[in-house]
Amino acid sequence: MQLELSPTDAEFRDRMREFFTTKVPQEIRDTVLEGRHLTRDQIVETQQVLNAEGLAVPHWPVEWGGQDWTDLQRHLWHEEMQRAGVPIPLAFNASMIGPVIAHFGTEEQKQRFLPPTANLDIWWSQGFSEPDAGSDLASLRTTAVRDGDDWVVNGQKTWTTLGQFGDWIFTLVRTDPEVKKQAGISMLLIDMTTPGVEVRPIELIDGGHEVNEVWFTDVRVPGDLLVGDLNGGWTIAKFLLGNERVGVAPVGATKRALATLKATAADQLRDPLVRARVADLENELLALELTALRVVAHSAGGEPHPASSVLKLRGTELQQAVSELALDLAGPASLAARAGEDSPQEGWARRTAPTYLNLRKASIYGGSNEIQRQIISRTILGL
Amino acid sequence: MDFTYDDEQLALRDAVRGLLATAYADHEARRRAVAEDPGFDRALWGRLAEMGVLGLPFSEDDGGVGAGPVEIGVVCRELGRVLAPEPYLSGVVHAGGLVAAVGSPEQKADLLGRLSAGELVLAAADASPGARWTSRADGVRATVSGDVWTLDGVADPVMGGEGADVLVVTAALPDDGGTGVFIVDAGAVTRTGYAAADLTRAASITFDGSAATPLGEPGRDLSPSVATISDLTRIMGANQALGVMQSQVRATTDYLRSRRQFGVTLNTFQALTFRAADMYVSLELAHSMVDWATMTIAGGDPDAVAVAADRVGLHVSRAARHIGQEAIQLHGGIGMTAEYAVGVGTAHLTVLEQWLGNHTHHLSRLAGRVDDHELVEAV
Ligand SMILES: Cc1cc2nc3c(=O)[nH]c(=O)nc-3n(C[C@H](O)[C@H](O)[C@H](O)COP(=O)(O)OP(=O)(O)OC[C@H]3O[C@@H](n4cnc5c(N)ncnc54)[C@H](O)[C@@H]3O)c2cc1C
Repeated sequence: MQLELSPTDAEFRDRMREFFTTKVPQEIRDTVLEGRHLTRDQIVETQQVLNAEGLAVPHWPVEWGGQDWTDLQRHLWHEEMQRAGVPIPLAFNASMIGPVIAHFGTEEQKQRFLPPTANLDIWWSQGFSEPDAGSDLASLRTTAVRDGDDWVVNGQKTWTTLGQFGDWIFTLVRTDPEVKKQAGISMLLIDMTTPGVEVRPIELIDGGHEVNEVWFTDVRVPGDLLVGDLNGGWTIAKFLLGNERVGVAPVGATKRALATLKATAADQLRDPLVRARVADLENELLALELTALRVVAHSAGGEPHPASSVLKLRGTELQQAVSELALDLAGPASLAARAGEDSPQEGWARRTAPTYLNLRKASIYGGSNEIQRQIISRTILGL
Repeated sequence: MDFTYDDEQLALRDAVRGLLATAYADHEARRRAVAEDPGFDRALWGRLAEMGVLGLPFSEDDGGVGAGPVEIGVVCRELGRVLAPEPYLSGVVHAGGLVAAVGSPEQKADLLGRLSAGELVLAAADASPGARWTSRADGVRATVSGDVWTLDGVADPVMGGEGADVLVVTAALPDDGGTGVFIVDAGAVTRTGYAAADLTRAASITFDGSAATPLGEPGRDLSPSVATISDLTRIMGANQALGVMQSQVRATTDYLRSRRQFGVTLNTFQALTFRAADMYVSLELAHSMVDWATMTIAGGDPDAVAVAADRVGLHVSRAARHIGQEAIQLHGGIGMTAEYAVGVGTAHLTVLEQWLGNHTHHLSRLAGRVDDHELVEAV
């Protein structure tokens, strides 16, 4: 057992820190650090800066822009980005569909999609959930029916994050209604400009527009946009959802948020109860970070470690707890959430209520925390 | 960075686990050991000495083995797994640690040599009635006349004090001179033994002009060393607690799979499996903190060790409450019985916490330092 990073890893970390804090536009990092909303262009610009340096998709196969890093190095890369307030590469592209195409796609699909996916020239959306298929994803009903060389898609997806920016959407569709529900699902890539695709906004409790409904009415999708085997979509979905959980515990970002809060609300640190809450959260975050390090030190062969469910579960709880502390420190100033820039209340304090409310999502998406408990009790504890 | 044991550490773990399994795999054996004097298994103590386990923390010059904190942690975890009542933490880590930290070369060679050989059982008397986790000795006062030292006052609770041969006592030096550390023959004091909540033995010890030998240079304030040894003991106590919690989570999942009620096994009920999942989450996070705090010791910086002791103390005390309480609850009535290891494990966790510092204590110390740093750094 040994705590220190090896000289190579320490040098790696310093190199990441240096790059993230000097090469990503300050204005973008400030937006993240102050908890303001990023624009689409800021997200695209950041990913392109990273991609030019080979830092956007390091976990992909090397021939498609990946880096042959150890799991620990990937972890350091991810943490340092968050610590520096760098928006992490768009998850739909970098962690979800990219690895799926690299693993299950045809050569032609790889050539066509992987470079623009890495560079965020294509913005992907995730079209999995439906109104009657959330945690029970395999119950989905959107259908794809063969017609000549094409698929004809009908149905409705929901909760599509940032679908308003989406160029393409990767979907799970029912291609065989006769078999056991998991066995009749396939994955299709759909160009969102195709006639019959309609995106409708959903307003969330924080007043923001980040999720959408996506409707498909007789949408024609060329046959070569099926990923992997016909009716093999469930295997791909499990692969993708496993990846989604890894790195979903935003330790670096939550640590940074707490440190920022300590600085902005410094006068309240005189209250011993506030100090205790801060000290407690810092300690919990340390335990989480160390657990993440233990998991990366153990993971073999790219398979997500089963204990990554621990990270998702606890990571989202702590992310929520820090936003709750911020809200409490803002107090009445948080009422001015929608008062606009002319408000006499400070910006950080006004943002706390929407952020607190918005982050309730963290324990719902990416496999809800109840689903994580199910994974732990079944796969790890054998219950 | 590496959170895994090397081959030698694994071999040590397996050897200690094997030895303890012959003694305590059956909880009934533990019950017998704590019921009879001296409250632990003397023969087993001898075997631990033969394996070099008692000399693990001490240098070879002092008759020990010169191992590092990870190895000592390995032993503490194994002791915790089977709730071994042997006074390892109190006698070797704590009392032995004090001797190693402040004794003269001759004192160390003598006391630690005999301790390592299993010939001498030590206990640290450093707590006063009503006091709470302070390295300042105020229950016992030292007096000097010429170069003859005597002690007066009461130390309580003295963990492992009932069966100890020699006491390592912290006492207030004359003229507000700080804290000294003394050796006292256990036969020369008044001692009232009792069982703590987990049935391991402690004692209340009264000094009444008792003859004492200063450890190290007489009359010097040794409170920084006393504090550091308490921190080390805290971290090793967390290792022991981790062993207990690992056993409790395993026992609870086994129980949920086998216990039938309403015609089905209990793991059919999601309300229960979710609680087991939460126990696992607590266990894994505690495990990470314990590994980290243990590795921090190797860095050798007493301030870093003090912070690590508070961090692990807070975290493990919380986890111990959560896991210990749930282990009993999910076992139902059987979890309440003394014949079943799960509930007794919770008693042991309770003793470790209140002996070494509970979570509010550690939290309050950490809260005092929140503005010392911006981000808490793991490495
Ligand atoms: C902000 C946000 C963004 C999202 N973005 C996307 C996206 O981009 N693309 C996409 O495809 N999806 C997205 N999702 C959907 C998300 O994956 C689902 O909301 C999630 O899977 C939960 O499904 P549900 O909302 O239907 O809740 P339900 O499955 O109906 O669950 C309701 C409650 O019951 C619990 N529950 C369900 N089943 C069980 C069980 N077996 N045991 C115990 N408890 C259970 C759940 O944990 C939850 O607490 C997003 C969701 C949100 C909130």
